[in-house]
Amino acid sequence: MVKYRMDLLVCGGTGCQASGSSEVVETFKKEIEKEGLENEIQVITTGCFGFCEKGPIVKISPDNVFYVEVTPEKAVRIVKEHIIKGRVVEDYLYKEPETKEVLHEQNEMPFYKKQLRIALRNCGFIDPENIYEYIAVDGYQALGKVLTEMTPEKVIEEIKRSGLRGRGGGGFPTGVKWEMTRKSKSNQKYVICNADEGDPGAFMDRSILEGDPHSVLEAMAICGYCIGADKGYIYIRAEYPLAIQRLRIAINQAYEFGLLGKNILGTGFNFDIDLKYGAGAFICGEETALINSIEGGRGEPTVKPPFPAQKGLWKQPTNINNVETFANICPILLKGADWFSSIGTEKSKGTKVFALAGKVNNVGLVEVPMGLTLREIIYELGGGIKGDKKFKAVQTGGPSGGCIPAQNLDTPIDYDTLTQIGSMMGSGGMIVMDEDDCMVNIAKFYLEFSCEESCGRCTACRVGNTRMLEILNEITEGKGTMEHLDELKELGQIIKDSSLCGLGQTSPNPVLSTMNFFWDEYVAHVKDKNCPAGVCTALLKYFILPDKCVGCTACAKVCPTNAISGEVRKTHIIDQEKCIKCGACMATCRFNAITRR
Amino acid sequence: MSNMENKCCCCNCGQPDERLEKVKKFINDHKDVKGGLIPVLHFIQETYGYLPEDVLEHVSDGLNIPMTEIFGVASFYHFFSLEPKGEHIIRVCMGTACYVKGAQGILDKFARELNVEVGKTTEDGKFTLEATRCLGACGLAPVLTIGEKVYGRLTVDDVPRILDEYRK
Repeated sequence: MVKYRMDLLVCGGTGCQASGSSEVVETFKKEIEKEGLENEIQVITTGCFGFCEKGPIVKISPDNVFYVEVTPEKAVRIVKEHIIKGRVVEDYLYKEPETKEVLHEQNEMPFYKKQLRIALRNCGFIDPENIYEYIAVDGYQALGKVLTEMTPEKVIEEIKRSGLRGRGGGGFPTGVKWEMTRKSKSNQKYVICNADEGDPGAFMDRSILEGDPHSVLEAMAICGYCIGADKGYIYIRAEYPLAIQRLRIAINQAYEFGLLGKNILGTGFNFDIDLKYGAGAFICGEETALINSIEGGRGEPTVKPPFPAQKGLWKQPTNINNVETFANICPILLKGADWFSSIGTEKSKGTKVFALAGKVNNVGLVEVPMGLTLREIIYELGGGIKGDKKFKAVQTGGPSGGCIPAQNLDTPIDYDTLTQIGSMMGSGGMIVMDEDDCMVNIAKFYLEFSCEESCGRCTACRVGNTRMLEILNEITEGKGTMEHLDELKELGQIIKDSSLCGLGQTSPNPVLSTMNFFWDEYVAHVKDKNCPAGVCTALLKYFILPDKCVGCTACAKVCPTNAISGEVRKTHIIDQEKCIKCGACMATCRFNAITRR
Repeated sequence: MSNMENKCCCCNCGQPDERLEKVKKFINDHKDVKGGLIPVLHFIQETYGYLPEDVLEHVSDGLNIPMTEIFGVASFYHFFSLEPKGEHIIRVCMGTACYVKGAQGILDKFARELNVEVGKTTEDGKFTLEATRCLGACGLAPVLTIGEKVYGRLTVDDVPRILDEYRK
């Protein structure tokens, strides 16, 4: 076996691939071959490092040097300088945006400093397409230990003691769920991995599947052993081609190695895993809807109870966990429940992966212990707000969650505190918004999503959300009244109370939470017919600034409705009656003399 | 549908259609598979780019599922289309991260440049413009995909240049 003296870990996640990491890999391989070093230096395409903002990422091991925004040209120089001469190319390292200090190592970077990677432990560290690499980092050891040394009850007890809760949004204790399914009597049971990651702005499940697919397969087999199932399904979004491809490779390798299939590790335990594709329906993230979809029908939810643990897929007891939950299982079994429960807060143990996005400097995937504050995540890991704008809100929990304002930034986050402040954990999307974002418009955005994704079964959700959206449209078009605001609150409550599934029950949350924290903004839209953030076009007014206007007449010429008048070299003026707010004048003016508010 | 047997169903060219043979075999393989309808629809969508009604009739016969139920399922999921798509499908991500970074403006610009409504195909059949759910590439927001290619960190000014790549 060839022993390499150096590994080049190149991120091959969707984000970095879109930034051109495949070309970087090719260049590295070509250059290394050119230098005749292919038996010394290994180029490995890994899963996501999380720091998508600065992709493509290249990490050099064992030197522990972290290059950002690598291009094929930069790759050539890295080979010439770093690999051959041993000189780190400082120009390509990460620079602290404020102090401009050059940081060599990953763990010096503020983005990584406070992270604790359990679910993402292998992402960016191993080649996800090579089972040997997974085995080298204790892969399939937990399965071996469970099958040979532990009874199902003991494993369930350990998971219960660890305090692990469902990472897909609900936060239901995982061990309890497994126990319920184990206790249901049947000859046939199923394990389902929910990889129908539909929350807009959340991509942790995709990253885990792309970066460490075996960790999910191993945990599913363990779950099968515990509940008494020999068949597992991964329900994955068809929109994730790379994740599907890596899973296929991983499943085939696991079968080849006898880690899936019949008589695993000679213990007599059988377990098969199949992939099932979603077809673009957000509601299929809900357990019962997901089951209906696997059965080949419309993905509509059904009444619980019976819970899937009692009557699930093909009416048999079924345990459903999401990808990130499964990714936590093996470390718990190898390091022990005590280790896991020592991390986090009283009621939320371990870590949570968040997809940090929106108006923040360091967009990417972060895994932090429960109990860190929003401020730490946004300002330390995230590096603060882009372009020195003012923070306005952070949205968590996707279309089911809410917007959290500045006054709650110091809340330590876990399942319960987020619910208390009117939002929720959800799957871990975290979208940062600044002063340029209109909260009414954001609420409308989420509601549009929920309306589109509502399966239409419950009247309250189907009609109620549509009506709420109509009201929001009127408000953003300047036709809102104060009665409308009362109606929104009332309707929201009714929809929450009378919908069958999680989608309906939580769909009014974005509206209700923004009304709660940003009431003034709603009132400004309704009473003053003004959008303070300058987003809702119908409410905007264009003005010419007299001190900047030089009277060049350019704006008057482009105005399609002849709303601008004025003599040459004299200040022009916009007739608000005629103005259709197309913005053509603003785009044309070369003197920044036109403003809208 | 006997007159359509093995004939191209997407136009009236009357040419034999190899795709249909493949689809029929796939249907036959899934006759006894529990929950086989959705995989079959995926295969047809992949083969034809949409779900032609004539082909769905074969599914109905082959899997013994009424057409009403097939339409119920096909129309439920966004991924399936009952209308033919353009040569290039422009999918503008409308996930939250992209939205707050101006995806709406980019979508509008495409609609204006192509003179087509969102969700529709241009008259020449060259482009279909779609607003898609989160692509999970939030680090590159706003993003869009055309075929397999991902375009990230877009501005409205990039739109004409991107279209030019495909107009040649």
